[in-house]
Amino acid sequence: MDAVADPSQTEPAPERQPPRAAPSLERSFESVLFPGGRRPRSRPEPDPGVLRDLRLDQVIESVTRNWAEYDLIPFFHARFDDPEVVGHRQEVMRELESGPARRAIDEFARRMRAMRQALPAEKKQLYPRERQRWFLAAAEEYVAGVERLARDLRQAPLTSRGLTAFRDYLESYAGSSDFQRLAQETRAVSEGLARIRYSVALQEGTVTVRTYEDEPDYSIAVEETFRKFRQGVVKEYRATFKPFTGMNHIDAQVVDRVALLHPAIFEHLERFAGEQVGFLDPILARFDREVHFYIAYLEHIGRLRQAGLPFCYPGLSARHDELSARESFDLALAAKRVWENAAVVRNDFTLRDPERILVVTGPNQGGKTTFARTFGQLHYLAGLGCPVPGAEAVLFLFDDLFTHFEREEDTTGAHGKLEDELIRVRDILERATSRSIVILNEIFSSTSLEDALFLGRQVLGRLLHLDSIAVCVTFLEELSTLAEGTVSLVAGSDPRDPTVRTFKIERRPADGLAHAVAVAERHRLTYRFLQERLRS
Amino acid sequence: MKVLLMHPGKDFDLQQELPWNAKTLVADLGLEVLVRTAAQGDETVHDVVTRALLNACRNDVETVLFRQAVLHDAIAERESVEGLFALAVRTIEEKRRNHSGIWGHSPSSVLYSSLELMTFLLKALRRLRAFVAERPRTFRSEGFVRLFETLEQELDDAYFEEIERHLTELRFRKGVLLSAELGPGGVGRDYLLHAWPTPDRGWLARLFPRSLSGYSFALAERDEAGAQALAEIRSHGLNLVANALAQAADHVDSFFRMLRGELAFYVGCLRIRDQLAALDEPSCFPTPFPPGARRLRARALYNPCLSLQLQRITVPSDVDATGKDIIVVTGANQGGKSVFLRGLGIAHLMMQSGMLVGAESYEGELSASVVTHFKREEDASLAEGKFGEELTRFSELVDHIAPNALVLLNESFAATNEREGSEIARQVVTALVEHGVKVVFVTFLHAFARTVQERNREQCLFLRAERYPDGTRTFRLVEGAPLATSHARDLYRKIFAETAGHG
Repeated sequence: MDAVADPSQTEPAPERQPPRAAPSLERSFESVLFPGGRRPRSRPEPDPGVLRDLRLDQVIESVTRNWAEYDLIPFFHARFDDPEVVGHRQEVMRELESGPARRAIDEFARRMRAMRQALPAEKKQLYPRERQRWFLAAAEEYVAGVERLARDLRQAPLTSRGLTAFRDYLESYAGSSDFQRLAQETRAVSEGLARIRYSVALQEGTVTVRTYEDEPDYSIAVEETFRKFRQGVVKEYRATFKPFTGMNHIDAQVVDRVALLHPAIFEHLERFAGEQVGFLDPILARFDREVHFYIAYLEHIGRLRQAGLPFCYPGLSARHDELSARESFDLALAAKRVWENAAVVRNDFTLRDPERILVVTGPNQGGKTTFARTFGQLHYLAGLGCPVPGAEAVLFLFDDLFTHFEREEDTTGAHGKLEDELIRVRDILERATSRSIVILNEIFSSTSLEDALFLGRQVLGRLLHLDSIAVCVTFLEELSTLAEGTVSLVAGSDPRDPTVRTFKIERRPADGLAHAVAVAERHRLTYRFLQERLRS
Repeated sequence: MKVLLMHPGKDFDLQQELPWNAKTLVADLGLEVLVRTAAQGDETVHDVVTRALLNACRNDVETVLFRQAVLHDAIAERESVEGLFALAVRTIEEKRRNHSGIWGHSPSSVLYSSLELMTFLLKALRRLRAFVAERPRTFRSEGFVRLFETLEQELDDAYFEEIERHLTELRFRKGVLLSAELGPGGVGRDYLLHAWPTPDRGWLARLFPRSLSGYSFALAERDEAGAQALAEIRSHGLNLVANALAQAADHVDSFFRMLRGELAFYVGCLRIRDQLAALDEPSCFPTPFPPGARRLRARALYNPCLSLQLQRITVPSDVDATGKDIIVVTGANQGGKSVFLRGLGIAHLMMQSGMLVGAESYEGELSASVVTHFKREEDASLAEGKFGEELTRFSELVDHIAPNALVLLNESFAATNEREGSEIARQVVTALVEHGVKVVFVTFLHAFARTVQERNREQCLFLRAERYPDGTRTFRLVEGAPLATSHARDLYRKIFAETAGHG
């Protein structure tokens, strides 16, 4: 009666799984990120300094943080100035904002993740039956995920070219004979195993595996006896066991005896694991990763939308007619502010031909730098095909984005600080074109007012000549009226108490004095105050 | 199986939180002496009486009457009630001394300690049953009649045998029978424990017992990892049943705790009654009315806490505030105003908690809450100033007031000049009363009292510290409109009494 198992069944033995040839399907679809399945040339990788200046490094980090398994950061570094790509992505993104397509893909992604977790690594030491069971579990997730996605997308009213093309591909894949056979076999084996319940009798040093004969749960009998004493709050005494660490030699001996009780189903499992190696379709795997470019971004901005912040799909213009945004804000700062439950200030801007340069002045800590970052972020994100922070926007389809922010740590070089700054600005001016965006933040603040003014005029003059789009944050109010291409923006303060900053960037002539007068009044040092005080 | 002596349909919550102003209430009303009298050193009684008193405002008329009936029985059947309380106390004490409770994280240790505890509790249940069987049955209250009936019906011999059977089975003399399904990776999961199979009947089978059918394997000698793995399987198998037995033990244990806790209230009530009776102070079953009924009528209402503190009779007052929203108490310093105010608050809480009240007779409406704002003797922090501190406290109190609250004000808004204080008092009291709140206000703010007299005559009862024409105080309160500057006149008289005598 006692059946000693074949030792080869209980010894862990890693199996080799040679990759199977991918099913031969028509390759009309390859990527959900590009129109027509082809990947155009992206712009060169952005300068890390630019991402840092604009706090886009933080934005990208936050967006991708929860999705590490998909390795999404490269997607957020690959920018395109091709309106086709941007349009394609905006379509897909819109379609994934909510509704049936999004729910379907979330569910698919969940299954794919479960599949990856179940799939036994080849190198891992596993008992044969254990490896087979994990392999089956992976197939279960995959089959369920594919079937569900095909069914869900069939019913979803898709409009984007990207997802429609994917649906066609999925349809043909799910109908292929290879996939059909995989699905059938998976179900047959799973159901067979799920039906098994067995008994184990433990006596001094002996384990007996038996057929389960519908014996009742003894804990129910105990509960029943004491039911009459039941009181409201119940303390939980159930132990939580260590997380599953894999099969041990006792488990292996038990399952071998369960296999003796149910030989047919265990033979089927073994055959299945041999035949179905390499069931995962590479195009579906790629889709699963790439679609998370959209989902990660949407999830991130979803949290901000819940806090009442607007996002919009910007119009993109390759010309200088008119650029504008309404209620735009700094995405990195907003995430922090929302986390702290604090309000987020939103700003508008407009550049109407022949205007090219926004010159921002106003009190320190008044939101000028934030505004400059916002301008840069909006453009960068628009170039990825993402919705941007703001209620409405028409943005510039630029070739390159340059930033020059004052850097404290830059004082070590062989040159002085001013010289370093000038070198960097010159580099920018050499590379910028009429299709570039240049963001200058507090340049030349280390030199005298006269020198700074001179340099500022020179630099802005060159930018105007290049016909680039620019934002210039400065304390040099004179720059705001330099030419018809410059627009004056001012960081605002509360009219009732000019010492209180509103962080609103308003389009109006520079007026630094208003703030100074308010501070003087508070210290009773204005003319009127001094008159009064000196009289007494 | 529930005790249900405190509420007609639910347990008394032994852990219920105290209201936000519990500390202030205890201090302002001087409740500690009352609770100490009830407890006489017994922590449980102290705790239960405190919670019952301070959370009295949660009770409705039905609950108050239910408790009054139980208290009636407790007075009449004192021996049975105190005996039952002692039995519950003893059980909990023995458990505390002899058992470390349910311990361990593994199902085996949980099961083992639960078995030990349950064996003890079974003994205690048998003792309880024996006590109940030999008591005469002359209870009349719904609470006690139901409790004794329940104990008698539920705890019979058959039931005790059933428990014994479980305790035997769970010691696994022969072995452990489990069942499972194949979980992830083919490892067993969803383990259940089953009763060990009973042997086949028939003499032949018993003579030659078969081994268990199935496929067996033996654990190799010195296979410690294997022994560990088997223990793990056993653990999984025992998990649910260990949990079930541990919870059962907890339930039985908490039954004894409920029994002790709910009886503690009545034991405390009996002790308060005894102590007051020893001082020759009266106590009565009050008549409760629903919130908003605007009933308040008392004969010989005194402050039991003061009597218990001084260990002598204190001066009572009569009051009839039927239909009134405001009671304004004015009059001489040291005239018994605060004592009355406290007495009223204490009587109110005692009534609403189901206790007897310190008066010859008392009727009143139930309140949504009792809130006090008493003048603080200790000086406030310098930053705020005394008036600021008062207003801060008042503002905190306003956050917690609902319609039909009872607000007891003792010289509020007196930390500023009378004109300002009166104006604030007027605005505050008007707002409170319009919000359906009942206000009892002991005050020197004459301008305020005058305004109330003019504008709220129908809504307001005026009481005054009684004083004979010669100025002697009786400490009794009588109905009467406020008199101007009583304080100054008193003071003048007091200070110039000697001079006058000589003159």
